[in-house]
Amino acid sequence: MKPIISFKDFSFQYNAQKNPTLKHINLDIYPGEKILICGASGSGKSTLGNCINGLIPFSYNGKIDGSLKVDDIETKDSSIFELSTKVGTVLQDPDGQFVGLTVAEDIAFALENDCVEQEKMFAETLSAARKVSIENRMNNAPYDLSGGQKQRVSMAGVLVDKVRILLFDEPLANLDPATGKSAIELIDQIKKETDTTVIIIEHRIEDVLWQKVDRIILMDDGMIVSDCDPAALLRSDLLKKYGIREPLYLTQLKYADVDINNIEGIDCINDLKLDDKAKKQIVKWYTSQEKPEHINNNSNILEVEHIDFRYESSEQILYDVSFAIKKGEMLAIAGKNGAGKSTLCKVICGFEKQFNGKILFNGEDISNASIRKRSSYIGYVMQNPNQMISQAMIFDEVSMGIRNIGLSEEEIKERVYSTLKVCGLYEFRNWPISALSFGQKKRVTIASILVMGPEIIILDEPTAGQDFYHYTEIMEFLCELNRKGITIIMITHDMHLMLEYTTRSLVFYDGRLQADKSGSAVLCDEDLVDKASLKETSLFKIATDVGIKDPVSFVDCFIDYDKKERSHGKQSS
Amino acid sequence: MANKVLNYIPKDSFMHRLSGTTKLIVFLTFSFLCGLSFDTRVLLFLLVLSISCFFLSHIRLSEVKLMSMFLVVFIVMNFILLFIFNPNYGPELYGSRTVLFHIAGRYDVTLEQLFYQFNVSLKYVIGFPVAILFIATTNPSEFASSLSQIGVPYRISYSVSLALRYIPDIQTDYHEIAQSQEARGVALGKDVKISERIKNSVKILMPLVLTSLNRIDEIANSMQLRSFGKNKKRTWYMQKKMTASDYLVIAFCVVLFVVGMIITNQGGNNLYNPFI
Repeated sequence: MKPIISFKDFSFQYNAQKNPTLKHINLDIYPGEKILICGASGSGKSTLGNCINGLIPFSYNGKIDGSLKVDDIETKDSSIFELSTKVGTVLQDPDGQFVGLTVAEDIAFALENDCVEQEKMFAETLSAARKVSIENRMNNAPYDLSGGQKQRVSMAGVLVDKVRILLFDEPLANLDPATGKSAIELIDQIKKETDTTVIIIEHRIEDVLWQKVDRIILMDDGMIVSDCDPAALLRSDLLKKYGIREPLYLTQLKYADVDINNIEGIDCINDLKLDDKAKKQIVKWYTSQEKPEHINNNSNILEVEHIDFRYESSEQILYDVSFAIKKGEMLAIAGKNGAGKSTLCKVICGFEKQFNGKILFNGEDISNASIRKRSSYIGYVMQNPNQMISQAMIFDEVSMGIRNIGLSEEEIKERVYSTLKVCGLYEFRNWPISALSFGQKKRVTIASILVMGPEIIILDEPTAGQDFYHYTEIMEFLCELNRKGITIIMITHDMHLMLEYTTRSLVFYDGRLQADKSGSAVLCDEDLVDKASLKETSLFKIATDVGIKDPVSFVDCFIDYDKKERSHGKQSS
Repeated sequence: MANKVLNYIPKDSFMHRLSGTTKLIVFLTFSFLCGLSFDTRVLLFLLVLSISCFFLSHIRLSEVKLMSMFLVVFIVMNFILLFIFNPNYGPELYGSRTVLFHIAGRYDVTLEQLFYQFNVSLKYVIGFPVAILFIATTNPSEFASSLSQIGVPYRISYSVSLALRYIPDIQTDYHEIAQSQEARGVALGKDVKISERIKNSVKILMPLVLTSLNRIDEIANSMQLRSFGKNKKRTWYMQKKMTASDYLVIAFCVVLFVVGMIITNQGGNNLYNPFI
């Protein structure tokens, strides 16, 4: 069979970069294949995707060596328009790529640009909408849709072109776990119905493997380091080596010393078949573990009592929310988009005002304190650092929050410097912010809050869009702050974060606080997982398969063991 | 969500059923005729037309209350200011001077000045219902296609659509950024000095511009990947087909404009002068 995409000794270098981003790529993809391209941030996986859809070299300029043929067309001699009739691309941000004022218009966008007659356009738009089951929302505006629905619209928008190749650039990055799961199912279904070739670029391997893929291409530093079927890759130790998180169930099997070479269905948790020997090994591992216990006897730092909230003249968002947080806790707030998580945090910070209920800080009622007043004890870090940074220089940015409160220039300098030291940014203190990486910018925004001396920091999705390495880096930094006594509250979709870095999770849906228990207990509760749009952990499935009566304690043991292993690994390397 | 001052009010009426292009032509005809003519007879006729259009649209005055109030205030202000700045423009224009009473200094209330100002106000009163009609009865999705129909290049007319699409997003961004900056002492409240407020608004605009710029990159890519700019022309999903009533209305507009201009220019200038 002839490949539909063929890279031959292909290299690419952006005009603004010193070194090539892609180096001597050789890769053939055949019609009807489903391929996962993975790699850490900066491995070149997105660049590879942009070469296939023509954004490179027609939108991002640079130097190409070697050859890339898509459906027998040499891309560099083609145009982005010709390639877009072959390759349909669904980009990462479902909001940014929604250009129409309504669902129907957005789906029809490519047809409009192709001068298709209106009658034909109506029919084709509707049929594409049906493929992704969004046909009942044709006249909805983007802000009436959830993230998952917007992504469906994007898919329909490329399906109208009858493309032969579908390219998904980090399709899971902006979705909650349950929506991500159904996105992966939808991709699989579309692939089967339309007989297209599917390429998924993503670093969340376990989530993509929810439905089978044919091959995984692993990239590192602009090169392909592995190109094989998923089972072979999972059995190797390449994922760990190149900074990709391996599926939790796999790590578990390795810890229990199960011989993964003899396990069937290792590439998909749904197909995993554990033999008796493996089951025995897992039970043995579990019984040999000390059961971890987390006890926090501190006094309450924050108490939220019977909060009701609604925006003027719209539906109620929060109903009778009450909980207490102890000093020094590190906890997660989870739940569907629109469940009221962010709104709750805004109410706590005083950005929005509740119409019922009380908020107590260290026992003192702060329900009516101003935003500025509350900011001296509760800090709020937004998801996207660009939304917070307003100064060109790091020092100015971090010092902003403590100006106009009567400190001398000397005192300001002292406080900023000591904060920068805590955040590992001291050596950059005279740098312009534009020279920093995303993760460093995130630290600057945390520093700019920390400098005001808050006792609680609330972070909105601190690890969104981060690969395993950067995730670990940010989380370890937050742990360090936590050890210094700062209470940390995180709004998150990331279930690894809930399991690994929090002692407790508050789960919301339908505007109510529905559960208040450990991350492992949440993710082993099938009913809760379903209603709050989460996804149960694969460890739970193993525990039930093996017949362990208390899956929550099993998960806790795993997390505890994993932490020790990882810090041990760090010390030895 | 988006601003509630002025927006599309979906209904089923004769005006709603007309295509956006037709309504744009009606709007332009009225605007030009209004702008060019000072002939009171023509203006009065336009006023009758414009008010009947408003009734045809089934839009109630209460639905455009805010704008109507704004119009009244605007006309009153305009009336007063016109008099203050040049109380003798009317007599100059009409070449006669009928003093009703004297106020002070050069301020005489003359019949000519009052008539001149009446004409100016008339123009606003005519223009207002037509402008509101155009906006309130045209689906925003149809704007861009209407503009492109009357000859505006689609790359430009599509930007209208894009602006309508992303303005609510930017408003949300602005709101969130302002809140988080306020927590760091960037206040915009009434108790802050004006100079300080201006300085502080820059601290909110900077992050807003940065986040918007990032978004523009993504939007541009997404549009290109779906063939925007491939052809010289494009079709529009939301474009309404022209019907017989559309052609009739357009023909009427042409006749109205031509006749209106002939009547206006009868006396050698664009005035109707009852003072001769």
